[in-house]
Amino acid sequence: MASAEGQQHPIRIYLWIWLLLFVVSFFSYMVDYLHIQGVWRPTLILIFMFVKAGFIIAIFMHMKWERLSLKFAIMGPPAAILVLIWLMAMEGGYVETNRVEHYGESTFVPESPHH
Amino acid sequence: MSEAVMDAGITTEPGGTHGIAYDFSRDKQVFPVPWGKAMMWIFLLSDTFIFSCFLVSYMMVRISTTDPWPLPSEVFALSFGGDPIPLILIAIMTFVLITSSGTMAMAVNMGYRKDRNKTFWLMIATAALGACFVGMQAFEWTKLIVDEGVRPWSNPMGAAQFGSSFFMITGFHGLHVSAGVIYLLVVAMRVKNGFYERRGGNYEIVEIAGLYWHFVDLVWVFIFAFFYLW
Repeated sequence: MASAEGQQHPIRIYLWIWLLLFVVSFFSYMVDYLHIQGVWRPTLILIFMFVKAGFIIAIFMHMKWERLSLKFAIMGPPAAILVLIWLMAMEGGYVETNRVEHYGESTFVPESPHH
Repeated sequence: MSEAVMDAGITTEPGGTHGIAYDFSRDKQVFPVPWGKAMMWIFLLSDTFIFSCFLVSYMMVRISTTDPWPLPSEVFALSFGGDPIPLILIAIMTFVLITSSGTMAMAVNMGYRKDRNKTFWLMIATAALGACFVGMQAFEWTKLIVDEGVRPWSNPMGAAQFGSSFFMITGFHGLHVSAGVIYLLVVAMRVKNGFYERRGGNYEIVEIAGLYWHFVDLVWVFIFAFFYLW
């Protein structure tokens, strides 16, 4: 396994991933710049986010070349966060409903940023 | 490898799912990586949970508030004389951090090639880009606090939770970047002055520092997506 002698890989692969991260970051900025709204906004944001995160972990952090036991030990536990997200999204919706019901709709008048 | 051969009936280290059972059931060191690297991964795992808690609580307060959420696209717009360009500073910060991740990956590679000079300069470049990132963040904070009147408890543009989430999440990330800059500088100096050469010429410490640095970039990917773009 590569990790026994250290992680040594051709420089070309790093340069390609580097370029790819630039391009995908540019796309994710474009989501905002081009004012993409509706269901496509979160979809595109999440796709670009996971592509970037995946390549950083797999190539830059060398996870691709580690043994499966280390991959599972490190990347398995964060799956528990999905449960927390699910619970807190439900709880958040419930709190919002209660606030509207008991305190009424917001009367906040937002100002525009100055720049 | 030699231990693998000695295990009854197994002549090569099995990979895949079979490899998991093999690694965990041998009654010896599970992960065939330097201990520092395993510990860094475990530290990063714990850090993942910290940042996840911040981002999940941000999600929770954003869902539960009845006040309108300030539009990050407008709040973080910057004008260079003309019309404000949405989110431009954040985009530049993102590119700076990705660039620094690239130089760090190259530094790790050069470290394993025992090219001390290149490793040193690539790590210095990474640290400089990191410092540049923190500088831009300081500028962003100043602008938000002084010009826009954003406070952790209120802001004129919408829900009060915007400020508390923003300062907590980006503040903690900025702290990680600052710590990373110091960490990289220490390792870079030691690469240069031959500290690791005297200890058997082992440069996996560069990879371990690199893991931390890439993680900081990784966290930014999530902050950028959820806080600035969403």
